[in-house]
Amino acid sequence: MAEELRVVQDATCTFCGCVCDDMVLTVDDEHHKITKSENACVLGKAWFKEHGIEDRPAALIDGRPATTAEGIEEAAQILARARFPIIYGLSDTTCEAQRVAVGIGDMIGGTVDTTTSVCHGPTGIAFQGVGESTASLGEVKNRADLIIFWGGNPAEAHPRLFSRYAVTAKGMYTPNGKKDRTVVLVDVRRTPSTPVADIFIQVKPRTDFEVLWALRALVKGKPVSPSIEEKTGVSLAVLQDLADRMKKCKYGVLFFGMGLTMTRGRHFNAGALLALATDLNEFTHFVAAPVRGHGNVTGADNVVSWQTGYPFGVNFSRGYPRFNPGEFTTVDTLSRGEADAALIIASDPASNFPQPAIEHLKRIPVITLDPKSSVTSQLARVAFTTATYGINVSGTVYRMDGVPITLRPAFKSPYPSDEFILCGIRDRVRELLGGNRLPPVEAPSAT
Amino acid sequence: MTERMTLIGGRTSKQGTALSEGKHGANYLQVTSTLEMNVEDMARLGLKNESRVRLRTPIGEAVLRCKGRETKDLPKGMLFMAYGPLSSRLMDGDTAGTGMPLSKHLDVEVEPVAEVEGPSGE
Repeated sequence: MAEELRVVQDATCTFCGCVCDDMVLTVDDEHHKITKSENACVLGKAWFKEHGIEDRPAALIDGRPATTAEGIEEAAQILARARFPIIYGLSDTTCEAQRVAVGIGDMIGGTVDTTTSVCHGPTGIAFQGVGESTASLGEVKNRADLIIFWGGNPAEAHPRLFSRYAVTAKGMYTPNGKKDRTVVLVDVRRTPSTPVADIFIQVKPRTDFEVLWALRALVKGKPVSPSIEEKTGVSLAVLQDLADRMKKCKYGVLFFGMGLTMTRGRHFNAGALLALATDLNEFTHFVAAPVRGHGNVTGADNVVSWQTGYPFGVNFSRGYPRFNPGEFTTVDTLSRGEADAALIIASDPASNFPQPAIEHLKRIPVITLDPKSSVTSQLARVAFTTATYGINVSGTVYRMDGVPITLRPAFKSPYPSDEFILCGIRDRVRELLGGNRLPPVEAPSAT
Repeated sequence: MTERMTLIGGRTSKQGTALSEGKHGANYLQVTSTLEMNVEDMARLGLKNESRVRLRTPIGEAVLRCKGRETKDLPKGMLFMAYGPLSSRLMDGDTAGTGMPLSKHLDVEVEPVAEVEGPSGE
């Protein structure tokens, strides 16, 4: 009925890291659903359409319906008993909920990790070693005349990155949009993103590092053997042309995806690209930016960093935060069989982790917070149904370039937010433990 | 008859929309059990669109349906599938001290499967 429809202006889509904040949503309050989402991409339209209110119990304990309060009690008991509890996920919830989750990790002497560890975690490692030449997406839109996408497929994963910021967008110094830019795409295969590119460079799998290192040499005027083509599939002439373009542009951008971080070389690949961007600043202005997947994965990096000093894979078992990828990251703590309880927030590792990690998840008590039933929630001891961030819940999320955005929800949910449930768990765990599991670490004596 | 090929896992827009519909839904299961393969490789192995193939790594195996891609789009010897429960079965938990399991460019054995056997999980 038309009179029952309501329009929400300037709402935000939290499906991917673009966090587009120009949504115009038409809401059917009677049926708790969004009937139209103007400005959304194909992914955003599905996100809004499919996140109505489902008729599910507030919580399930061992598969039996329970209240939220009963779920909180059971979850708190699990976490208070655990010796090596892990907290994981966090990239599809608000910064406010992330903050509470880190506090729980501190209190229980647990390990806090986010989906960053299986996406741009290697980039985080590379940032620490190499540094980052960065920019906001607004700068990219207004200034960039050379855009390079490396190891990513934005047309399918971040569709509006092209139109809002990086390819066809018209900016202050790019008034003609794509006509004012050269777009280069580097990948191991053609994807739906390829037609956007003026230049497509196809590299052999597992040779990104070699190509990036050769470009570093060419940018610095060092000789590179023509045999690079045999190794990488890219001719020296093509590489020299790209190096020349990079040095001559006014404002260059290297966007990079998981084609670098999820393959052989991992953080070395990301580090090579970041170093290339740094090198190029000897000649022109050049920035590098990881293209981030989940709606608030950048917020997760920020919140965990500002609370612990480290972006992911943080352990509190000694009473202070320690960072060690490979030791405290979730695939590792699960695959090695170390974790004895898991609090999974807004994530579904049982559907995308390596099989050895999934097998261990099946052996330990798992607590999930998710608006929808997932593979992980189906194996959980306690599965909470939650409101969806951005659609039912306000709060703060970080766009992939680190710009914080306040969410404008469309309609209320009968289910609680992640933050509400996490606060309940935190308060009850505090009662059970009588405070932090570990005493505060005393500062070393001056003498 | 088995061959060794290189498997790329990744995301697709269809996977992304199916994700919002729900991971237990038919669309998500269909998109995550489809394997893109070079058409010349498929012809050599006697495979057509919708034929079944078994992928095997030292960690596990999965059966998927084939979908042909031209050589200009997907080079010979290369495979692509969307991340999901079946790609998980092939991935090693060893992250080489980084936290990141190898999710792209996996060495896999490819073996045609008799038509009576459906994709894993069906």
